[in-house]
Amino acid sequence: MSDTILKLCNVTKVFHPNTVNENKAIDNLSFELKKGDFVTVLGSNGSGKSTMFNLIAGSLLADSGQIYLEGENITLVSDYIRAKKIGRIFQDPMKGTSPSLTIEENLSLAYARKSKSKIFAINKADREAFVELLSKLDLGLENRLKTKIGLLSGGQRQAVTLLMSTIADPSLLLLDEHTAALDPNTAVKILDITKELVEYSKTSTMMITHDINAALSIGNRTIMMDAGRIILDISGEERENMTVDALLKLYSKESKKQLANDRMLFSAGGLGEDE
Amino acid sequence: MALLLTGAIQLGMIYALMAMGVYVTFRILNVADLTVEGSFTLGVAVSAVVAAKGHPILALVAAILTGAVAGLVTGILHTKVKIQTILAGILTMTALYTINLAIMGGRANISLFASETVLSLIEKVTKLSVGTVRSIVTIGVTLLVFAFLSAFFKTKFGLKIRATGDNEEMVRASSINASVTKCAGLMLGNACVALSGAMLSQYQKSADVNIGAGMVVVGLASVIIGEAIIGKRSVILGIFSVIVGSVAYQIIIAIALKVNLLPAYGLKLISALIVAISLALPVARAEIKKVRRSKNV
Repeated sequence: MSDTILKLCNVTKVFHPNTVNENKAIDNLSFELKKGDFVTVLGSNGSGKSTMFNLIAGSLLADSGQIYLEGENITLVSDYIRAKKIGRIFQDPMKGTSPSLTIEENLSLAYARKSKSKIFAINKADREAFVELLSKLDLGLENRLKTKIGLLSGGQRQAVTLLMSTIADPSLLLLDEHTAALDPNTAVKILDITKELVEYSKTSTMMITHDINAALSIGNRTIMMDAGRIILDISGEERENMTVDALLKLYSKESKKQLANDRMLFSAGGLGEDE
Repeated sequence: MALLLTGAIQLGMIYALMAMGVYVTFRILNVADLTVEGSFTLGVAVSAVVAAKGHPILALVAAILTGAVAGLVTGILHTKVKIQTILAGILTMTALYTINLAIMGGRANISLFASETVLSLIEKVTKLSVGTVRSIVTIGVTLLVFAFLSAFFKTKFGLKIRATGDNEEMVRASSINASVTKCAGLMLGNACVALSGAMLSQYQKSADVNIGAGMVVVGLASVIIGEAIIGKRSVILGIFSVIVGSVAYQIIIAIALKVNLLPAYGLKLISALIVAISLALPVARAEIKKVRRSKNV
């Protein structure tokens, strides 16, 4: 069991309990993530994907059940303490970086634990490491270390956010539709960077996406959620043989919903949508 | 006129300490901190009482420490009790009024004419003229604090404070305790403010319990005037611009008083007007641009 990174045991989260608006966002959910796994998470709006991420990251606390990270029970640990081990990237590219700090200052916030510099935020060795890391993104940012992040485009900011999340060496990386707010070309570019960085850092990763093609082609495991439960969990050969069409059929069968009613289908071709 | 200018520069340097404190909370931490009105008087009161006992240098240290505590109280009210920053600052400021009076032994005024001050100490040691010592000490202390702040905001911890004011959500997601960085920023800002009050009370050789009223506006005016003159391309430049702004502000006020443009009690009105007009400028510029464009269409 030592190769398990994340374990959710019978986790439940209910919003507005005992009112007419009662909503069981996460329903007795159990889930296990192995070290080095890259899981893509599918599901329609309101199926509980983001709530699950919020529970894992600690932005929300579970009503019942337990959450373990590397064997340690983190069910009631504060979000900023969990953040030492859990990196998270949101849909909004503005959320992950600090706009009036420069690129190198932003990176140094994430790099803090690795930096040899004792007092000052950035030293020469750090700067060299940043140049090397940024050149991997292939966006020309390695020559703009002293540029304020606020002056970059959304795609560039999201790329820097990705870099920041991986250099901090998290045990777990949560990507919450992190390409959904970008234009199609930039989204593809950021997905490529994601693949590369995750492979390079071997970080265990979960990625929410509405792009079924991407969900099947990236990573080594795919889960699908509905009504706060995991209704599909495929990996290995089963996943390799899975097609977008078959997945859609399976989805409609398992969730017993009309295909036409599901907004997810409209975005199956590529672009994600807002949650 | 030369004397008037020298005096304005010396006062500008003393108030620059307070304005740098306001810059730390208002611009870097991005909170409107009204504790300043109370912590400035706290510095005045502590400095006067300790200097009157014969320890003018210790008086400055004591003012810095008590100012930091005042900032911490506001910080705890905000981060732990979840009170909005403005209200948290008002609460601390109001409480400080009583505390300041208590420190001053229930008197509204203290005179330091018979006591030793930092300035008179240095006069004795260096044998320089009164005016020279006043200029050297006020400029020296302000540049020292400027150097400290510039270096501090380049350190790891300083960077965390800057990021907190910029994007708190990201700071929390980077496993930084935003409550700690906020409290630290408020402590640092109010320590600067209290030091400013402490310097002023020894410079003027007196303490008044009402001296802090309107101080936030003076600080904001200095920040805004400085940014208009120097700009805000980097933190270090931003902090430096505040010193320039504070001196410029004191010169404007000194000239306005000299030419009898207004009676001495008109000072606060002018301060508020300067801040309001400076804040209105960008909006007015955009409006004018819009009107011009509509004429061209």
